[in-house]
Amino acid sequence: MFAHPTAQLPAAGRQRRHFLSHLAGMAALAGPAGCFTRSLLANAADLKKRHKSAILLWMGGGPSTMDIWDLKPGQATGGPFKQISTSADGIAISEHLPLTARQMHHLAIVRSMSTREADHQRGRYYMHTGFVPNPNVEHPSYGSVIAHELADAIETLEIPPFVSVGGGSVGSGFLGTAWDPFVVNADGRVRNLDMGIEPQRLAERLRMLAAVEDRFIGESRGALPGDHRKVVEKTVRLMTSSQLEAFKVAQEPAEVRERFGENNFGRGCLMARRLVEVGVPFVEVNLGGWDNHSDIFATLADRKLPELDQAMSALVADLADRGLLDDTAIIWMGEFGRTPTINGNGGRDHWARSWSVVVGGAGFKRGVVVGETSADGREVISEPYSSQDLMASVLKALGIPLETTYRAKNGRPMKIANGGRVIAELFA
Amino acid sequence: MDTILIGDVCLPANRRAWWRSGVLVAAFGFGVLPAAAWSAPPNSGVPAPQIAFIDEQIEAVWNDTGLTPAAAATDGEWCRRVYLDLIGRIPTLSELRNYLKTRDRNRAARLVDRLLGDDYAAEYARHWANVWTTILIGRDTNNRLVDRNGMRRYLRDSFAANIPYDRFVEELLTATGDNADRDGVEQFNGATNFLSGKLADGALQATAKTAQIFLGLQVQCTQCHNHPFNSGVKQNQFWELNAFFRQTRGLRRFGGGRRVAWVELVDEDFAGQGGNPDEAEIYYELRNGLVKVAYPVFIDGTEISRSGLLPGQLPDGGSYGVNRRRELARLVVGSPLLPKAIVNRLWAHFFGYGFTKPIDDFGDHNRPTHPVLLEGLAERLQQYSYDLKSLMRWIVLSKPYSLSSRIEPGNEPDAPQLGEPPRFARFYPRQMQAEQLYESLLTATQADRGDEAEAARQRDRWLSQFVIAFGTDEGDDATTFNGSIPQVLMLFNGDLIKTATRLDRGGFLDKVANGPLRNREKINALYLTALARQPTARELREANQLLLARKGEAAEALQDVWWALLNSNEFILNH
Repeated sequence: MFAHPTAQLPAAGRQRRHFLSHLAGMAALAGPAGCFTRSLLANAADLKKRHKSAILLWMGGGPSTMDIWDLKPGQATGGPFKQISTSADGIAISEHLPLTARQMHHLAIVRSMSTREADHQRGRYYMHTGFVPNPNVEHPSYGSVIAHELADAIETLEIPPFVSVGGGSVGSGFLGTAWDPFVVNADGRVRNLDMGIEPQRLAERLRMLAAVEDRFIGESRGALPGDHRKVVEKTVRLMTSSQLEAFKVAQEPAEVRERFGENNFGRGCLMARRLVEVGVPFVEVNLGGWDNHSDIFATLADRKLPELDQAMSALVADLADRGLLDDTAIIWMGEFGRTPTINGNGGRDHWARSWSVVVGGAGFKRGVVVGETSADGREVISEPYSSQDLMASVLKALGIPLETTYRAKNGRPMKIANGGRVIAELFA
Repeated sequence: MDTILIGDVCLPANRRAWWRSGVLVAAFGFGVLPAAAWSAPPNSGVPAPQIAFIDEQIEAVWNDTGLTPAAAATDGEWCRRVYLDLIGRIPTLSELRNYLKTRDRNRAARLVDRLLGDDYAAEYARHWANVWTTILIGRDTNNRLVDRNGMRRYLRDSFAANIPYDRFVEELLTATGDNADRDGVEQFNGATNFLSGKLADGALQATAKTAQIFLGLQVQCTQCHNHPFNSGVKQNQFWELNAFFRQTRGLRRFGGGRRVAWVELVDEDFAGQGGNPDEAEIYYELRNGLVKVAYPVFIDGTEISRSGLLPGQLPDGGSYGVNRRRELARLVVGSPLLPKAIVNRLWAHFFGYGFTKPIDDFGDHNRPTHPVLLEGLAERLQQYSYDLKSLMRWIVLSKPYSLSSRIEPGNEPDAPQLGEPPRFARFYPRQMQAEQLYESLLTATQADRGDEAEAARQRDRWLSQFVIAFGTDEGDDATTFNGSIPQVLMLFNGDLIKTATRLDRGGFLDKVANGPLRNREKINALYLTALARQPTARELREANQLLLARKGEAAEALQDVWWALLNSNEFILNH
């Protein structure tokens, strides 16, 4: 198809791309191209032994973690929720997460997050990248970094290595468009997949396209023309892949779909499990609606927490049952927490100084709580942790070396996870 | 005044009258331009002093930084660029050919003047209405308190009438009436849509967006604390600005149904959170929990009456009260930041980078790259009574806008994509906006647009597939039309491209394919239309391969070529 698309790739990637370029370019396209990949689905568990993945449950809007993971019953700031005990010794969480409580032995709570970014855009950027926004550099997000580090190890992957279900993520920054999230809706329908022409003719069109693109790339107009070609290659690979089946949550038995919840977040979590099974290294599932400036307790008790509880507990249990949890990191977080003070509208406002995140699976120690906040929840009274510390810990749990250094487009060296410190208590 | 004499020294006293008068005389020896054709400057072709000013300022920085500017763009590249940036689509084959064959040393200026003039008034208005719809209300189509068609109609009318920018801002800030043109609506005013969806939580969004869009000030994070980097913006200023919006109400109208049918924006007396309308204050909380009071004070420190009552007459003939939004509009329009913010925004529209990054974040923490040029253009825009078309004309006829986008050794260090300050020593390629792509595809295929309102609805539906709304109190959104896979899939296989590559009778491709031209000329026509250039020898060879593969069915081979051209990096990039 394109001239030498493989020149700079490491061996494993080269082999895969070599195969795929044949697939895309030749009549191999004609068949359903499925036998090869169908066996992949069947051997999902085998595959998982050979690579790691991560699932980020992104709570857009900034969830009130002191009503969820770090309750302060009896305090003026505490709100009306009660605590319940969980499957992890000595760990209590909100009464509105009864199903997740039974999975807490797989998870760990970090109650000592302390950050400084309390508006949504800045917080979303900071928590996704480990860097505060900077007008001169765009930093890559979790998904782009992890996909970049892990994708080439997964020879058989034909769909994008960073999938964002429902959007809400942050992009690839200086790693380039090729590592941007592939955004799909929770219904798993990927638009515009079918060209409706013979594969042979598609291959011929792609040849013509390559001629036009090559010429323009050769004219030295910066990175964009070449980035476009890379995305075209990824698109062709996607269009011709039977791994697309992984997006189709509707194929799951009704019982499974009900267990995850018949809503977008439930479907998203189920899709995340299916994607991880075919080898996608990073999936982000977005659950918005946490920006509760008013009427927070009814919103949490009646809507947000039941929705979260059902899907999150089903995801953790499923990954554990299938033997996937040891190779799959789970991260639950939003852009910040919410004010201990309950405002005049019965809501809580933005608060970054003391809040919680949850991790689990992969190399993480499980069934533990890290850190502590003051009685009223306004201060972290143990060692405080930052976004970069959390990111460093997630990378460690996935076996990604923290010495990895990128070179940003301006040539400046950029430490992976912004040089964050690993949260020692999360590791045995 | 029927005519105005224009020269380097004689500025028209009132350019508003000038844009509308339609009659001008040139003072530079070109003779009198016909009245009917004209709504552009008479000095067509002569470098206006403002253009010379831009060139001087930009060149001074090249000299200081040792940069050699790129060569000039080809005529085809420049022509494509100026169509895309001024009217939001690529030129048609005949428009491009007309330009290329014109032998007139002033043809660039004449083209710009035509694009800004009557011939393209509707397309100009549509393009800028699209641009400003995104600026003013974002991309999210699900906010029921906003009517996109209403917003767009107001914007189209405003840009068609070329109303001065200061009046435009005033209209947006003071608008009252119904935001949608529906059955039962009495006073439709599309301008109300700027604020109608931003009044929740005490008008936080209205405050933040007004400062950001019109003044280039990022105040949203000062809602909770002083600005972390910009020492010029304090928390009290956010709330003092916010206090200007507290008389404003968006009344939800149901029109007999159960869902919000439209919003009526009104001004009402505001009693203040302390209950005394003569001192109508609001309260906000400091980070340490202390509560402070705020009255309407503009960011430059100008206070207005603290009354929360709308203006009225006392029985004794005295008057009381104040319309806070009107006062705000007066202060915004009088602010020296207003012209700077719009100059920076338009510059970034035409060059891909403004003088600051981001373009709407002025302050000591974020110094402009070309301060004299920014100030100078802001002043000149004010002298021209905020006539945006004049500003656009100066920019697109400037030297930096005419440069090639190719990186050469002399301009290689000019690399804003690497975080360096932009020096504009070459044209920075950038992806077309989704709207530009949509309109360009319709242009390239000569598709019938039909009714304007229906066309706009169709385009919205098409655009909505790319929109992601974050659903927070900042009302922000993002687009997947960003060069990533969903966009490429859409261009590979979407309905729009399927239509464009169809061989329907009477369609563009059919006309080319079944026209009298030789195959090579047919390929040429496709290349010119999509890329504003001729094919290379290698490309012709590839096209011939396709002809062979299609067993001599030229029309089908052209279909394949056309698909490849519309999917290329060269097509999607404004370069």
